[in-house]
Formats: sequence, C-alpha cells, structure tokens
Amino acid sequence: MITFWVSVLALSILLYVLLDGFDLGVGILYGFARDDGQRRAMMGAVAPVWDGNETWLVVSGVVLWGAFPTVYATLFSAFYLPLLFLLSGLILRGVAFEFRNKARHLPWVWDVAFAGGSLVAAFMQGSMIGALVRGLPLLNGNYQGDEFSWLSPFAILCGAGLCLGYALLGACWLVRKSDGNVQVRAFRLIPALSFASLAVLAAVLLIALNENLQVLTRWLERPYLFVFPAIGIIASITLALSIRRRREREPFYLVAALFAAAFGSLAVSFWPYMIPFSVTIKEAAAPQSSLTFMFWGEGLFVLPLMLLYTAISYRVFRGKGSPTAATY
Amino acid sequence: MHITALLLSRLQFAFTISFHIIFPSFTIGVAAWLTFLEVLYQATGRPTYRVVFEFWLKIFAVAFGIGVVTGIVMAFQFGTNWSVLARLFGPIQGPLISYETFTAFFLEASFFGILLFGRARVPPWFYLLSTAMVALGTTLSAYWIMVNNSWMQVPTGYLAAHGTFIPVDWPRILFNSVVGVRFPHMLFASYLTGTFCVAATGAWYVLRRQFNAEARVMLHMGLYLAALLIPVQLFFGHLVGDYVHDRQPVKFAAIEARWHDEQPAGEVLIALPDPASQTNRYEIKVPVLGSLIGSLSLHSKEIGLTDFPRADWPPMLVPFFAFRIMVGCGIAMLLVAWVGTYLSRKQRLEQNKALMWVTFLSFPLPFIAILTGWFTAEVGRQPWTVYGLLRTADAVTPILTTNAALISLLVYCAVYAVIGAFGILFIFRMLRRGPGGAMAVPPLAFPRRPMSLASDLVAGQELP
Repeated sequence: MITFWVSVLALSILLYVLLDGFDLGVGILYGFARDDGQRRAMMGAVAPVWDGNETWLVVSGVVLWGAFPTVYATLFSAFYLPLLFLLSGLILRGVAFEFRNKARHLPWVWDVAFAGGSLVAAFMQGSMIGALVRGLPLLNGNYQGDEFSWLSPFAILCGAGLCLGYALLGACWLVRKSDGNVQVRAFRLIPALSFASLAVLAAVLLIALNENLQVLTRWLERPYLFVFPAIGIIASITLALSIRRRREREPFYLVAALFAAAFGSLAVSFWPYMIPFSVTIKEAAAPQSSLTFMFWGEGLFVLPLMLLYTAISYRVFRGKGSPTAATY
Repeated sequence: MHITALLLSRLQFAFTISFHIIFPSFTIGVAAWLTFLEVLYQATGRPTYRVVFEFWLKIFAVAFGIGVVTGIVMAFQFGTNWSVLARLFGPIQGPLISYETFTAFFLEASFFGILLFGRARVPPWFYLLSTAMVALGTTLSAYWIMVNNSWMQVPTGYLAAHGTFIPVDWPRILFNSVVGVRFPHMLFASYLTGTFCVAATGAWYVLRRQFNAEARVMLHMGLYLAALLIPVQLFFGHLVGDYVHDRQPVKFAAIEARWHDEQPAGEVLIALPDPASQTNRYEIKVPVLGSLIGSLSLHSKEIGLTDFPRADWPPMLVPFFAFRIMVGCGIAMLLVAWVGTYLSRKQRLEQNKALMWVTFLSFPLPFIAILTGWFTAEVGRQPWTVYGLLRTADAVTPILTTNAALISLLVYCAVYAVIGAFGILFIFRMLRRGPGGAMAVPPLAFPRRPMSLASDLVAGQELP
C-alpha cells in the first residue's frame, strides 16, 4: 500500500513538473515577447491545457497529506513563504489568462501578472527542490529552522536553474505548437537555454561538491544512479541533432526525457528517504487504514480516469492552433 | 489585543474560507436547480426553460471557476499554518480532503465538459444525466467537507496511539448522526442560495421590464422552491441545534447566552452579553422556551457557561450574534418566499412592486445566513480545533513567525480582492445582459476552462 501511494505521489509530481513546466516556461518566455501578436500566440499555445496541468499540483498536495501527513506538515510549514509566493503566482497568472484580453486599459498589468507569476512560481519550485537537496534543519523529524532556512545561494541557483529549464521546455512546446515568428524565435532560444541550463547544473554540482552535500555519497554508494546522467547525455545529443534538423515534435519529448531523468536521479538518490536524510517513506506513511481507505476509491477508480482524461484532452488539442483560436 | 502568528493564522483561515464558501454554496444550489430545470425542459419542451438553463449555466461556470481557484489555497493552508493539526490528524483528515479534491476534479473532468459543450452532440437523456452528475459531484464535494468538519466538531471512530490518531472505523467517520444532520443543513442552505439568487434575478428583470417570459420562470420557480425548502431547512437547523446541545454544551450555552444553570430555562431572544460581569444587558427573554428548544420539555435543566472552566469558553459574542443573524435571515427568507408564493397563487405577484424590490434585494440573505452559520459553528467550537482533542493554540505551526503570517495574510487579501472583484464584475455583467443571445461554442475552448467560456459568451463586453 505504501509503495502504491509513493508511486502515485511520484507520478503526480512528475506529471506536474512536465505539464505545468512547459506552460510556466511559456509564461516566462512571454515576458520577452516582441509584440502583441507573439504574446497572443504564446498564450494561445497553452491556454486550453494550463489549468488541467495545475490540477496535478493539488493532487500531489492532498495525496501527500492523506498518505504522508508528517511530510506534508513538515515541508509545508518549512516552505511557508515559498509556497505562499508559488500559489499567489499561480493564481495571478491563471487569472491573467481570462482577463488579459478583456482589459480595455492597462493590458500590460496582466502581461506582468502572467510573466511575473510564471517566473515566481518556477523560481519557488526550484529553490524548494534546492533546499531539499541541501537538507533542511530537522531533528527527529521536527523542523528546527525558521521561515528563511530554505533560502541559500544553492537554493537560489536551483531556482534560477528551474526557471531556465522550464523556459527550455516552454520553448520546445512553442516549436511544436506555433508557427511563424514565434516558432523561429523559439528554435533560436533552445540552444541558448540548453547551454544556460547545463551551466547552472554544473554550478550546482560544483557547489554540492564544495559543500560536501550528503547527496553525493549516494552516488558513490549507488553507481547505477549514473544511468540517469547517461540518459540525460543521450537526450541532449539527440536534442542538438533534432534542433539542427528543425524537427518540430522531437525537442519537447527530449527535454521532457531530460526532466524525467533529473527527477528520477533525485528520487533514487533520496530513496528510501522522503525528506532527505531524516524521514523515511515508511516513517512518514499514514496508518494502513488511511492508505487502504484512499486506495479503494480515489486510487483504484478516480486516478485512472483522471489519467485517461488528461491523455484524451491532449489528443483533442493536438496540432497547431488555428488562426480562429488566437483570441488570446 | 496582542498580534501573534496564531491570531493572524486564524484571521487568514477565516478570511480565505469565508471567501471560498460563497462560491461552492452558490454552485451546489444552482447545479441542483439546473437539473430540475432540464427535467422540466425535456418533459414539456418549453423553449423558455432552455433559455433560462443556458443563462444560469454560464453563471454557474464562472462561480465554479472562482470556487476551484480559491479552494486550492485551502488544500495547502492546513500544512503551512496548522502543521500540528495536519500531522496529528492527517491520517483522518488527509484522506477526506483528498477524496474531496478527487471528486471535484473528476466532476470537472467528465460531465462538466458535456454540460458546457455537449448539448448538440449527445442524446437528451445523456445530457440530462450529465447535468444530474454535475449536481451529484458538487453535492459529494460538500459531503466530504462536511464529514471532515463534523469530525473536527465531534471526533469519532479513531484510536489515539503513538502520538497520532489512527482511523479505525471509517463507516462511523463517514456516516454518523452529526454528519447526518449537518450535511443536509449545508445542502439545503446551498439550495436556498440558488433559489434566492434565481428569484432575485427574476424580480430584477420584472422591475426593469425585461425578459418577461424568463423572468417569470425564475421568479415563480425560485420562490416556490424556496417556500418548500425553508421549512425543511429550519427542521434540519433544529436537529443541528440538538447535536450541539448534546455534544457541545459549552457552545450551546454561548449561543443561548446562558451564564448559569436554569430550570426551567428561559430563551434569550436578544441581549448584549457581558462576559466581564457574566450577565446579559438589555435582555429580552421568554421563560420556559429555552427548555423547550433545548430538550423538548417544560421542566428540563439547561446548563450555563459558568459550569465550565473559563479556559474552555468560546469567545461568546460571535456565536451569540452570528446565530441570531442566521436565524433572522432564515425567517426573512421564509416571509419573502411564503408571501411571494401566496401572491403567485393569486396571480398578483409581478404587480406588487414592493415585493419585487424586496425579492430583488433579498439575494444577500442566504449568503449572510451561510456565513453566520459557519461563524457560529466554528467560533463556537473554540478554543478547540478538534473538539476536546486539540486546542487551536496548539494546532498552529510552532515555527511560524508573526512577520511571515502577516505577509501571507496581506498577500492573500490582495490576491483574493483581485479575483473577487473581477469575478463578481463578470457575474454582474452577465446578469445585466440577461438571458438569450447566441450560444456560440468557441472553437478551441476545452471543457477545462469554465471561466473563459463564459467570458467568450459575453461578447463585446470589456472589462475596464
């Protein structure tokens, strides 16, 4: 039962990162759009799917609470400010989708809300991951820090890294979904964003080595972990080739594979800990009766239906947006 | 009063949940009403029913969207601000809240899309089924929330072990007498909200001499349904009072402003309770009625606040006044609905200008009743978060600082103000524009985005 729920949690977080990742990325790139036409095309490329993507964040949150209440309580209170800004950013950018084109005056307010909200949300997610990797001040599973303990140069770097990564994912999405100017620019951005992301990743590794973070010992203990960087390298090379050939569909899958590899390497290097390296999955799990109760309804029935629905909605929205749809 | 992280967290929770509850209570009521309307339309084939249905469906979509957005914060707030609660009772409350989330998304993911876009694409019986399923979905959503809250009011079916609380009897947690009365009470409150909003809109159009046929349907049907629902609601309200009387005697004494034991007990209609002197000023009291309400007897002894340690008293002014405002709104709604129904039977409803104005202006009543009802229930439960098990002061995140709590309160106030202002402006514009008009389906809009559908339909209407 614990395995089932930890898998559900991992799946919903990964889905969230991949799906909301690209629409947050498009939001970040939106801040650099040249003209109104580009902005409309960019918003239109994610408009039909963004809030479905965000449902996976809420699903992750409530599954965490139900199945791993200790982790929910510890992490959410430790990440008080990042979560506040994450949620506010998400709400404001969500509202911007609806209001931007109805605004007679000051449309730039909604532009700022859309790009800024996306950027803040992405940055907060990255810095929370960074803080987790670096290790939170915990004693016997109780958080010992204050509201700024998550903040460190390492976390800031991870935040910036995730912004770049999401922007890369977003650029790949735009290559798939748009044409004309927007697509040309997105193609041009992909190499730059890839190199910038890799540079940040390298810096993160250097700091980790320098600070002798506990995560690193995992990699020495578990050499099979290197399969993930290997996947990453293969994906990167294929990505470079596909960009040279101006492929439209492949880059997105390749960057998604990069993200999945990064996610996998983090998950495996934390295993069996849920909050590294202090609370294990087993310690964090809710009693059997809670997990079973959740399993028979939402686990067995609703979750598969939601996955199916997500798949169908992406099928319906496949291909490029028609000009009539560019109402954003 | 000293500003602490605890106080700010309580304010934040009160603010965000009060803001949130307005929209679900409206959508639960409107969804049920839409189902009723669709049955009528399919049975009679009268086009007016269809026009009214499409009109309220759009408004439903916007309110549903705001409800979803404001609900997201709730799912996170238990962990950020009330981490001790989240940790201790997570094994019970976590699954309940996760079921609520899954229910809501399942509803949004399946039948809501058909409701918005499927009229021409599915057979009528399936469309009706989808409408009923959306109504069922909103109702189930409310059910999970009421189970969770009822458990906080009267914890049951658990075992305390290893510093945490383990659910051992889920059937008892899900189906107990407290849920059995509080869930219908909330459900009927939502239905009343729906009927009064519909009737008030009808009255508004009558006053403006617009949309004659649709206005008649809204006005008459709204008032008829309200006239039937209010007595049922009062009955369930009484049953809720019974559970409070039996299970939460301190809350009951605070609501009644009964300081000392009385036999037989009187009923304070209105007063200004003074906690310092433990007496009521300007009191209007009916003898014996208190025993009658509390125990259905002429002689029963009813317990006063001073029987309990001071540390277990709720801040009594809030439950006392909130309860009276709620009951007052209920009685006012009863009068409007019954007088309106009577005049409707006499075929004189629309001619009565005064009643049209009263009906139009009565739309805030159900919302005020719902909010004050919740204030009574929640403030009356204080100083406990989980009654008898965890005090609010102990439930708050221990490491939370006043500054962080202040920042989050201000940020949420600002964000909600933006959503609320635009959302309400949206709904107002749709109401002013009235029923009818083209039901164009935007080419790429997908069921996921209820608010955008509605906005696309308000063609040519720009926000400032």
